[in-house]
Amino acid sequence: MGKTTEMNDRPEPTDPNRRQFLAAAAGVSATVVAPGVILQSVAAAPRSEPVTSEVRWGLLIDTAKCADGCSECVKACDRENGLDLQAMPEGADDALWDNQKVVWIRKVKLQDNQTGRITNLPMMCQHCEHPPCVDVCPTGASFKRADGIVMVDRHTCIGCRYCMMACPYKARSFVHLPIEGQLTRVPRGKGCVESCNLCVHRRDYGEESTACADACAEAGHGAILFGDLADPESTIRKRLSEMASRQIREDLALNTGVRYSGI
Amino acid sequence: MATAAVRWSLVAVGLAWALVAQVVLAADARTYVLAGSKAATLASCVEPTDVMRRQHMQFIKHQRDETVHSGIRSSKHSLAGCVDCHVREEVSAGLVPIHHREEFCGACHAYTAVNMNCFDCHASVPNGPGAELAARAAHQAAGVHVTGEARPDGENH
Repeated sequence: MGKTTEMNDRPEPTDPNRRQFLAAAAGVSATVVAPGVILQSVAAAPRSEPVTSEVRWGLLIDTAKCADGCSECVKACDRENGLDLQAMPEGADDALWDNQKVVWIRKVKLQDNQTGRITNLPMMCQHCEHPPCVDVCPTGASFKRADGIVMVDRHTCIGCRYCMMACPYKARSFVHLPIEGQLTRVPRGKGCVESCNLCVHRRDYGEESTACADACAEAGHGAILFGDLADPESTIRKRLSEMASRQIREDLALNTGVRYSGI
Repeated sequence: MATAAVRWSLVAVGLAWALVAQVVLAADARTYVLAGSKAATLASCVEPTDVMRRQHMQFIKHQRDETVHSGIRSSKHSLAGCVDCHVREEVSAGLVPIHHREEFCGACHAYTAVNMNCFDCHASVPNGPGAELAARAAHQAAGVHVTGEARPDGENH
């Protein structure tokens, strides 16, 4: 397993005072109620400064903990992003619908035919450093945010689906049908391509984690870890330095933000 | 004599017309903020009313790029903020989608035959957890304080 590209490091060690200041500025205020009890304020302040490349969001998925038959992450993603607003059109073919419905996370089961070993993993947008979907987009709608999140600007997406063809991970979906009852935090509609955006609304409101990671932890598996790949002190970076992990299709040298261990 | 009568009647018609025009203008200057919306309780929008009428589309067009590409969610020009404040609540039916023909966005856009498709994707009523966060951010950025005191006819707009 050859590591083809390096992860972004911070240019210099972080000054703890600066970090405290940033935390305060971001409105992530924590109040000490009693010794050992910390009350996190519910409504963090929304972001007022542009995102920077000082952070790079990513996921580490421990496939050893990913349970067969569990789809809590998928369900949580559907609820969080309003993907559960879609319904199969009447009289539609089941197989066709399975192909066409919007999916941001797929549960994938791998089997090594020689040994019979089975691995389960959630597959979503891998948030590449060099995303092929961005390269091919004719309108600039498919883009990488400074903090490493690869997403679609639906205002400029013309629904050509070139990005879906370019993605090696089959991570993107096209919305074929009108949607009603959208959530305020996730505007989405017919005619656009979309995919996992690492719960970008949560990022901008200063929340800690993603819906899938929370749901996985709640289900007792804890297979998904979300964090900042650019911060040497973050849990995800520490975990990455301890355990063997891989990028899927690392031969493509895309430097994915989603890493898998145990495959 | 007959010419004088015609002239006077023309003048009278002219005067009457001017009066009607005044009334129409006055009607034009009236508020379009709907009773039963939070906006009806506020003294002003995030910008002066005449600015909002002419430029709201530019405001939200710039804001959308800042939000989507730079993650800035604290702008006072926010479509979620518009919806939160201007959506009307009916006692029986609850919140009425803002792009419906009789509602705040829909009424003007139907009148001017401007086919907007914001609400093909965006929520037309505040919906889901955290929906109020965007509106609160917009209010704070604009320095507007929501009093919660309803002014039923939405005057002062």
